[in-house]
Amino acid sequence: MADLKLNQIRKSYGAVDVLHGIDLDVKDGEFVVFVGPSGCGKSTLLRIIAGLEDITGGDLLIDDDIVNHKTPKDRGIAMVFQSYALYPHMTVYKNMAFGLKLAKTDKAALDERVRAAASILQLDQLLDRRPSELSGGQRQRVAIGRAIVRQPKVFLFDEPLSNLDAALRVQTRIEIAKLHQKLKSTIIYVTHDQIEAMTLADKIVVMNAGQVEQVGSPMQLYHHPKTRFVAGFIGSPSMNFTRVKITASAGETVTVEMPGGATATLPFSVPAGDIGKEVELGIRPEHVELDRTGDLPVTGEVEVVEKLGDSTYLYVRLENADRVTLRAPGHSRVKVGETVQAAAEGGASHLFDGAGKAYRKTNCPAQYSADE
Amino acid sequence: MSLKIRKDHASRAVIVHAVLLSYTLIALYPVFLILINAFKSRKGIFREPMALPTSKTFSLEGFTKVLDKADFGTYFFNSISVTVVTIAIVLVLAAMAAWALSEYKFPGNTALAIYLAIGIMVPIRLGTVSILNLMVDLGLVNTLTALVLVYVAQGLPLAIFILTEFMHQIPKDLKEAARCDGVGEFKIFFAIILPLVRPAVATVAVFTMIPIWNDLWFPLILAPGDGKQTITLGVQQFIGQYVTDWNAVLASLSLAIIPILILYLIFSRQLIRGLTSGAVK
Repeated sequence: MADLKLNQIRKSYGAVDVLHGIDLDVKDGEFVVFVGPSGCGKSTLLRIIAGLEDITGGDLLIDDDIVNHKTPKDRGIAMVFQSYALYPHMTVYKNMAFGLKLAKTDKAALDERVRAAASILQLDQLLDRRPSELSGGQRQRVAIGRAIVRQPKVFLFDEPLSNLDAALRVQTRIEIAKLHQKLKSTIIYVTHDQIEAMTLADKIVVMNAGQVEQVGSPMQLYHHPKTRFVAGFIGSPSMNFTRVKITASAGETVTVEMPGGATATLPFSVPAGDIGKEVELGIRPEHVELDRTGDLPVTGEVEVVEKLGDSTYLYVRLENADRVTLRAPGHSRVKVGETVQAAAEGGASHLFDGAGKAYRKTNCPAQYSADE
Repeated sequence: MSLKIRKDHASRAVIVHAVLLSYTLIALYPVFLILINAFKSRKGIFREPMALPTSKTFSLEGFTKVLDKADFGTYFFNSISVTVVTIAIVLVLAAMAAWALSEYKFPGNTALAIYLAIGIMVPIRLGTVSILNLMVDLGLVNTLTALVLVYVAQGLPLAIFILTEFMHQIPKDLKEAARCDGVGEFKIFFAIILPLVRPAVATVAVFTMIPIWNDLWFPLILAPGDGKQTITLGVQQFIGQYVTDWNAVLASLSLAIIPILILYLIFSRQLIRGLTSGAVK
């Protein structure tokens, strides 16, 4: 178990820059999730940490030790692959023992470690099977077991749940969370699924186009996204955005003109120089409530209704042709074609400048805040 | 409609099988002729070459003649040792070369692969004169080493080509998982890659072995001396300019089939498919 430090990590393939200087601190025992859209560089970053890719620039430190040029086996890491990558001609037991056996581990100790890992992952009954005789979930557990027996400083997971079906994915996700509580080890986990990120992480690293957009706890990212990208990426369905114009700024509050011409006063600190500029206003579907009044009223015709049982999502078309998603209770009887009225509190909204950076919120109600 | 499709399928299967079956018959018939005539007396062979041995014509004189000649054990030994040693060298070198070509990026990788592939297209016999000169210079004429060297050169290009293709198909994750697992490159090759390409290795072994076993050209040119003759060359002593001892020729050819058949059976058992299933999803 160990600290991990990334110092201006860069990666280029020829002339193409994939990572543009990544800085990150991972503390001992932390569960860190890299999340982002396809091609954002999150897997490349993980492979760099693993030692499977060369570093173009910057330093990678494990326990204050620069490991840039160390091979994977000398870094004390263990990696779980999306495809499981089990050795097909070896039994489950041998798959887990193989690395240790080559490291000339004492036989009794090896056996003990393999059996301990097998019992944690409930693989006791399967030790003599071959990978081809296992289900997808079992194979994934063997792959995790192979990582555990190495007792690595850092566990690396590369989209480990992507090949599993939905039910198994939820189950395995919970198992991984339990495993982390039990082992208290440092884990770095890559996924494109924001739900996995939110549920598993102590710390989420949102990446976009080879850069870190924001690092923070799941609730920080949800309530206080620093950029429009993070705001749109975290949360499902994603945040509603609309273009507004800043008409006045008075220290702790700002007045904006909505697309329809109405104005709203919101609790953001906006520099006077930005008055008159077009900015983006964001509000989460779950913060827009039906049949109420508030700082940000919404009136429009329902285009699509999605009933999920516990809640209902309404896709509403506003008079100015903007579309807004909002969440209604599960028992809602609203039908397609109806006109609905809804509103959100100004304190629940987010305001982003032309470059996509968030303005500081001056007054954040407790239910919209990550502070405890 | 579906009935028609099924009929089409059936008739196509019949045609395919008919073609394959007739080819098999054509290929096996000479072997069959050799075998039946090996068990006949000299008169039986000449009077009715196509007939099966009967109680009148049945005779083992060919076999007794062949086995009485003490040299024959030597011929077998020479053939077997040349073949086995060549296969071993070809497999080890080709597998390692294929692994390097398919796994590691280095300057000239493609050029090297093409260079090796050219060996498949150029018949090695074109170089017989130079090879003989070379062997004379090296003092290797009339040694089995000369044969092994030539056969290794002859077998390597195709072996490397086939094995490279197979190794390309091994999932990248598997090698990387092994690297993360602390497995060294040599161990990855011997403990993970080789077992996974076993069917390909067996195929290559068969492809390499049969032309060597049957070859008459190089033994005749490079190692015709006493005690160094291979089985195909040894048989020639029964074929004279004026008289050919057909009993002995056919009997020795029949015997020559046995070792190669055993080797083939050993390798063909390795041709199990689906070995990689379960490695990755």
